[in-house]
Amino acid sequence: MGTVKKKGVLGDLKESLIQKIFQTSGLLAIIVLLGIFALLLYTAIPAFREVSLKEFLTSTRWDPTSPEKPEFGLLSMLASTIMVTIGALLIAFPVGVAVAAYLSDVASPRVREIVKPVVELLAAIPSVVVGFIGITLVGPMIAKIFNLSHGLTALNGSLLLAIMALPTIISISEDSLNAVPISFVEASLALGANRWQTLVRVKVPAALSGIIASLMLGMGRAIGETMTVLMATGNARAFPQGFLQSARTLTANIAIELGEVPYYTTHYYALFAIGLVLFIMTFFVNLTADVILEKQKRKLQ
Amino acid sequence: MTGSIKKSRKNLKSQLAQFTGFLFLRLAVYSVLFILLYFFYDIGHQGYRAISWEFISQVPKRGMTEGGIFPAIVGTFLVTLITALFAVPLGMAAAIYLNEYARAGRLTRLIRLSIRNLAGVPSIVYGLFGVILFVNMLKFGTSVLSAGLTLGLLTLPWTITASEEALKSVPDSYREGALALGATRWQMIRTNVLPYSIPGMLTGAVLGLARAAGETAPIMFTGAAFYLPFLPRSLKDQFMALPYHLYIMATQHHAIDKARPLAYGTALVLIVFVVLFNLGAILLRARLRKKWRH
Amino acid sequence: MESSYIAIPEGQPKIQVENLSLSYGPKLVLKNISLVIPEHRVTAIIGPSGCGKSSLVRVLNRMNDLIPEARVEGRVLIDGENIYDRDVDLVALRKKVGMVFQKPNPFPKSIFDNIAYGLKIGNHRSRSELEQIVERSLRQAALWDEVKDRLHQNALKLSGGQQQRLCIARALAVEPEIILFDEPCSAIDPIATAKVEELIHQLKKDYTVVIVTHNMQQAARVSDYTAFLWLGELLEYDRTEKIFTNPANKMTENYITGRFG
Repeated sequence: MGTVKKKGVLGDLKESLIQKIFQTSGLLAIIVLLGIFALLLYTAIPAFREVSLKEFLTSTRWDPTSPEKPEFGLLSMLASTIMVTIGALLIAFPVGVAVAAYLSDVASPRVREIVKPVVELLAAIPSVVVGFIGITLVGPMIAKIFNLSHGLTALNGSLLLAIMALPTIISISEDSLNAVPISFVEASLALGANRWQTLVRVKVPAALSGIIASLMLGMGRAIGETMTVLMATGNARAFPQGFLQSARTLTANIAIELGEVPYYTTHYYALFAIGLVLFIMTFFVNLTADVILEKQKRKLQ
Repeated sequence: MTGSIKKSRKNLKSQLAQFTGFLFLRLAVYSVLFILLYFFYDIGHQGYRAISWEFISQVPKRGMTEGGIFPAIVGTFLVTLITALFAVPLGMAAAIYLNEYARAGRLTRLIRLSIRNLAGVPSIVYGLFGVILFVNMLKFGTSVLSAGLTLGLLTLPWTITASEEALKSVPDSYREGALALGATRWQMIRTNVLPYSIPGMLTGAVLGLARAAGETAPIMFTGAAFYLPFLPRSLKDQFMALPYHLYIMATQHHAIDKARPLAYGTALVLIVFVVLFNLGAILLRARLRKKWRH
Repeated sequence: MESSYIAIPEGQPKIQVENLSLSYGPKLVLKNISLVIPEHRVTAIIGPSGCGKSSLVRVLNRMNDLIPEARVEGRVLIDGENIYDRDVDLVALRKKVGMVFQKPNPFPKSIFDNIAYGLKIGNHRSRSELEQIVERSLRQAALWDEVKDRLHQNALKLSGGQQQRLCIARALAVEPEIILFDEPCSAIDPIATAKVEELIHQLKKDYTVVIVTHNMQQAARVSDYTAFLWLGELLEYDRTEKIFTNPANKMTENYITGRFG
């Protein structure tokens, strides 16, 4: 008759050691996220010895290398980021939701099998290639249509960012449309509605929170995208006047200036302060999307 | 009065609405497909003319107006290798913790929340973090090592998510069966979970690495070089990378027009890399999914 | 108290369940159950679905530990040792108490590796020793003749009934003292069921067997003792013969005669 009592502690020790190793790797995600925030904050703070937080956040003038009076106001760049992002979402949101609705409600399984990988492929194009297309293809097209000297404008950035935000919007929207319980759809069809009415009046409203989350996630992507806007929007420092002028976003500004800035100067620290602003913006946009999606998940369970 | 089930005028109206509505949806899909195809066509068509054996195998010459992109290909390969060595094991380990050990609770929720948020941190912010942590604090300098580790952090959330998906695809009966025969948790994982999830994990890892290989912003300030006529000889050397090279050729070159064909060629090589990786991984994943569905 | 209907079986007690309650979160699944399971006998647990039959056997090898919110009160003694004591080694427990699941769950490995699994993760044994044990286990499970020429074929290629006997052989290879069957025949055809039942009958010479079944004829055919569970309570426990011919509890009678279930 064998006993079931523990014989030694060695086996237990090995098991718990292995578990600890895996647990540490799991905790790494939290550590990295906090680490990014902490180190950005730590490196950004020295900037505010010479620049007031008020100037940083409310001045439209960014001229860090001026010999007379360096200026560190990010408002123009913030406005550019917001403008380019809104432009991108105005295009990407309707198109993305339409593609998602097509995939979930209209497409035959065969067509879906083809379109879905293509959308995934769209997400895989490196942003530097999209930016290059902005220079060689989309920009010149804009210049021609609007009769401009060059096409490196906010509109160019918005068009390209729309393409980059599409995969996120499509896949999250499609997931939430597919998560609508079949019973809703059946009830609607049984009441005599056709597929289009069911889609517009039942499915989309039921999936609305997920669709809005997809918008938020697309927004997060557009705000944080660097190479595309850096290459495609012309990078003029002035406050953006319209979609047909060039604009410099927060991300592009970091990319342009970090390469040439002397280390440990106010300018250097200020660039990290911009990074911190970007981090906080995207963090809250993504967090909102996350909360919406979690809520929806719980509701549908 | 008995209602007719034949098509009526009212019915016709709603059918028209459906027709127009679906037409709009189709139009959206076609335009997305068209745009993507046109992009590929443009780059494929123009890039093809620039590509030759010389272009692939030689270093850039005459102020990068001639010659090839060999150092950039090698550099991208090396930096991706470092990314893989760093991010893949860590991502797998974190996924094993979440799927096989962690119990639902506040800590697990916090970890998952962090992972989702990390996936949304802008790539240039990873670049800034890499500059502070790897280049300055850990004194790795601007090097292939710093850039690889920065890209590794960027890839981590993708690798974790993909690995967890692979672990979830292993049926619970394999786990229960092993435990009921007296396996410890680690024995269960090692013998009855990992063998069936590693292919899926690697597929996900390849997808993540393909994306990392195409990133520019995180490596711009952590190790990628404008021009190097030689290959990196140690982990502390700078390197050329395809995406950064494309950025340089497209915007920073002193003779943009002369460089344009080479830029197209670089873009094509980069796209071919990324697309091949993706297609391979997607096909592999589809096959594995079928295999485990019984 | 209903416990007046519960007879203490004769024979050496192997498992003693004392005042056992099990809850999943707020839901009470087993209510204050006490019973004694004798050695070298087949004990069947019957009852309508959802009555807690499967939960009860899963208490006996602590597979319920896998469910995060499961909570157990009371004691389960096996050979006089409480398996819910803190110093219990789950690995040793599960080696001593084997289990065969509702759905055959062979691992996607070869037939040989399936049987050898429990041995390989335990002590290291020589190849020849492994081969001996694999053969012995397959013979015990009455599967040897059907698979002896293809031991290295993937076990998933076997038929459902063969898979279930493979899982029995796999459990036997670890040399347990008790084997738990959780509705072992619910996913296999009648001919395979007959084979498994015959096997269970053989096994009681060497093992203590506990079988959960929703099939009353099966309980009547294979078991020496039968426990009737209803809504998490043990309503009656007695010799199988007695339960099926002259149940003491009205509820048991109704169930056995097919008035509900």
